[in-house]
Amino acid sequence: MPHRHNLTTLRDMLRRREISSTELTHHFLERIDRHSDLNAFITVDEEGALAAAQQADKHLARDEHAPLTGVPLAHKDIFCTQGLLTSCGSKMLRNFISPYDATVVERLAKAGSVLVGKTNMDEFAMGSSNETSHFGPVHNPWDLQRVPGGSSGGSAAAVASRLVPGATGTDTGGSIRQPAAFCGLTGLKPSYGRVSRYGMIAFASSLDQGGPLALSAEDAALLLQCMAGFDSRDSTSIARDTADIDEGLKINLHGLRLGLPAEFFDESIDNAVLTRVREALGIFERLGATLVDVALPNSAAGIPCYYVIAPAEASSNLSRFDGVRFGHRSDQASDLLTLYENSRAEGFGEEVKRRILIGTYALSAGYYDAYYLKAQKIRRVIAQDFSKAFEQCDIIVGPTAPTTAFSLGEKTQDPVAMYLNDIFTNTVNLAGLPGLSIPAGLDEAGLPVGLQLIGQFMDEGRLLGAAHRFQQATDWHQLVPKGF
Amino acid sequence: MSISEKDVVRVAHLARIRVAPDELGRYQAGLSDILALVAQMQDCDTDGVEPMAHPQDIALRLREDTVTEADQRSSLQQGAPQVENGLYLVPRVIE
Amino acid sequence: MVAWETVIGLEVHAQLMTRSKIFSGASTAYGAEANTQACAVDIGLPGVLPVMNRQAALMAARFGLAVGGSVNPVSVFARKNYFYPDLPKGYQISQYEIPVVSGGSLEIHTAAGDKTIRLTRAHLEEDAGKSLHEDFHGMTGIDLNRAGTPLLEIVSEPDLRSPAEAVTYLRKLHSLVRTLEICDGNMQEGSFRCDANISIRPQGETTLGTRTELKNINSFRFVERALHHEIARQITVLEDGGEVVQETRLYDPDRDLTRSMRSKEEAHDYRYFPDPDLPPLVIDAHDLEVLRNELPELPDARLARFIADYRLSMDDALQLNSQKEIADYYEETVSCANDETRLTANWVTGELMSWLNRSDIAITDSPVTPAMLGQLVCRIQDQTISGKIAKEVFEAMWASEGDVDSIITARGLTQITDTGAIEQTVSEVIARFPDQVAQVRAGEDKVIGFLVGQVMKATSGKANPQAVNEILKRQLLG
Repeated sequence: MPHRHNLTTLRDMLRRREISSTELTHHFLERIDRHSDLNAFITVDEEGALAAAQQADKHLARDEHAPLTGVPLAHKDIFCTQGLLTSCGSKMLRNFISPYDATVVERLAKAGSVLVGKTNMDEFAMGSSNETSHFGPVHNPWDLQRVPGGSSGGSAAAVASRLVPGATGTDTGGSIRQPAAFCGLTGLKPSYGRVSRYGMIAFASSLDQGGPLALSAEDAALLLQCMAGFDSRDSTSIARDTADIDEGLKINLHGLRLGLPAEFFDESIDNAVLTRVREALGIFERLGATLVDVALPNSAAGIPCYYVIAPAEASSNLSRFDGVRFGHRSDQASDLLTLYENSRAEGFGEEVKRRILIGTYALSAGYYDAYYLKAQKIRRVIAQDFSKAFEQCDIIVGPTAPTTAFSLGEKTQDPVAMYLNDIFTNTVNLAGLPGLSIPAGLDEAGLPVGLQLIGQFMDEGRLLGAAHRFQQATDWHQLVPKGF
Repeated sequence: MSISEKDVVRVAHLARIRVAPDELGRYQAGLSDILALVAQMQDCDTDGVEPMAHPQDIALRLREDTVTEADQRSSLQQGAPQVENGLYLVPRVIE
Repeated sequence: MVAWETVIGLEVHAQLMTRSKIFSGASTAYGAEANTQACAVDIGLPGVLPVMNRQAALMAARFGLAVGGSVNPVSVFARKNYFYPDLPKGYQISQYEIPVVSGGSLEIHTAAGDKTIRLTRAHLEEDAGKSLHEDFHGMTGIDLNRAGTPLLEIVSEPDLRSPAEAVTYLRKLHSLVRTLEICDGNMQEGSFRCDANISIRPQGETTLGTRTELKNINSFRFVERALHHEIARQITVLEDGGEVVQETRLYDPDRDLTRSMRSKEEAHDYRYFPDPDLPPLVIDAHDLEVLRNELPELPDARLARFIADYRLSMDDALQLNSQKEIADYYEETVSCANDETRLTANWVTGELMSWLNRSDIAITDSPVTPAMLGQLVCRIQDQTISGKIAKEVFEAMWASEGDVDSIITARGLTQITDTGAIEQTVSEVIARFPDQVAQVRAGEDKVIGFLVGQVMKATSGKANPQAVNEILKRQLLG
């Protein structure tokens, strides 16, 4: 049962030739097919995957290995993949075959991984439940009636159900961490600038970061090392090597100060979530960490601030989808205006349209100062709050999401209720910091709870190291949903 | 905070998204709810705070002025909705 | 009757002479087949990102230094959002709140004296593509080769008071950007484009009238005509008791009129905001110092030097400095003409310019090179030929008959400086025209010119006119 192993173990088995990449790829392709009801994938590239696996086997036979040689992976369908459909979960791009590879795709291919397919997602990454996808909702493998979280819901469901040992995601306000929490995974949103955004279809450019969804902190570290690094094609890419990640995995928890912001532990949070998080912090304490109280006094402004900045940037980023050079063009396009208005009305789903409209409104004449400028100022206040908190602690901890996975359809009629899911995650994007969600047990209904660890800028190594120590002492991350 | 139907129409036009008359009410309600959420920004004191446009404080990196892109027209136009003689076609633009 | 005052401000888009685009590595070369120089970034493919061209930033800074503006240590790229098929991303990356250059000025020389035209700002932005309206089954074709070409938009204050001043300013700016080697100034290819904001007000009034914006007036000739038209139109509107509507108008050179661009009338709401893909552009003091040391001689300094060092008149100096290439040509010629500055100036501004204009040839393509013209000046100076003969030689050189000396030899044009030969001809002329001789002797000095002419005619113009004059006077009056 190779799918019971995590990515690092599989990688080592491949190197020892205990299994071939072709066998492994077949195995996962077969699982993807068997569990297609999850709707985790938009595209499965059987042919390409098997060809890449054969190639990997040739290398493995000669003991030539890159960090991930022969390991099957899936990409969120927001990453451009040359020659494959790159839909971004939208009708707008349902026929878009990318002529180029995203940097992340290129790097993971160079690391020897085998791309098995592209995962389902909220349309243009706008959503927290994967229900805005043009290709239909994804089911949470822990309870098929529930959402996997979003927007990287397909990647999360695929990894949690062991259809693939690791996958990429993107996180603009929580889109890696919240699905990781809902599906019992380890999901990392890196520091802004750590992972290249080139070829990652933009939602909100100053907030977006790509990162891994994996079964353990060790796996996430391995994937991050392959994804991260300077890219001259992204002007916001930071020149920083990945040495800190290796080093970080070796850290000791003795003396590590974990900061608990009162704002992350209030009564609005689901009781089971709070209990599991406190238990997890107890384990950290037993392992040598100390808990300190910190304050993030402006956290409440995070959601409103985020829901101005993200839609404002999105409204502009999504203007390129106009039916002229690529993507959906309406049949009802007798003149230029109707070409634009109908192509965009037909190509975008309702949530995307709502966000474009709110973003356009926030930037429009007479409203800019009250909305966009105000939000940018709050953004600085929030970033300063984090800086102050980090004077007293090394890592900030709290729940990833206020609840465990909710039911399909439960919040689709109430956008604002859906937005509140991001309450603990989106301030991290506003400040550009790294955030990690790790499994911290199950609630009464058997649904996973996520613990969030927030680090200082470029301090992924310490986050992953702390999580790794925790995972050596616990086995929450090894739970497999029933039936998979 | 609420937004008028007229505002929805104005913004939809700016964003070039057709909103059918029977959808107007739904968008108006949805956007008003979001604006009510967004209005909570006013509770945060930002006097004297500089706006923050980027999450990192870095200078723009500059690239050397060299031509690195060869002609990729045929691959870039493969999925284009309507192309002729290498041009993207749109309904006639009147100036 | 009210006397009207015209108020004009110009916005010039100068294409920067970079090899690659402002935010991508595609070529900026003009005239390529449609969309072959529009890469993934230029067409705004999903997922692509802009990366700024260093050269474009440096060129903008060079301009800022040259006009005495302040080159801002930090400037910000913003997105200007609007939909148009030649604008691939649905926004143009431009600079809005903080441009790369603030302030600065240009001195212009007008009939009424020198005048300072203040600049508001100069900012970097990307160009759009082109819409081709030829018939594609009733559709418009979009070519994005030009999309992403770096532009420097140079905005003047409304300091210009007439179409003539506007043209003078524009020529000055044109000469400056070419001297700085930041723009090739090719107006036909759209490398140097101009929009004008025009209003009129009663003389003495201090508040500005309602302005109209005149788009795309892309030759010096059109600028003046278009502005005259628009001013006349506004005066008519106001004198008929109407009001000028703030609008964008397009000059139609074929029909010689301006018309309202209704398609652009809709109120714009560009929703500018800082581009999250591009951190702030930083130009530090060190960069500026390097640029300052590399600045070439600027047109004003060159003009002053021509007057001081070459002892040229203001008129000649202005004419020679009207284009960088003319001044270059002149100085090269001087260096081949034994530093004969004034005579060379006469030949460049006179004969050469008139031949160039007649043949519609750029000075850089002149068949008479600076070396050839310099040689010609030398031959006049050493009295091998007269000025009159020199024109014949010039014409022969223009027709590519060879260099100065070979033409003089081939045509036997060497000036006769042998006084014996001239004495002989003078004696013959005196004998043939007794009446005129008598008049001269009676004190009618002017008639001597007639006799000189007869001697020149008899020698086919080859006699040295000065020598002829002296010998005639000696034989008649001596």
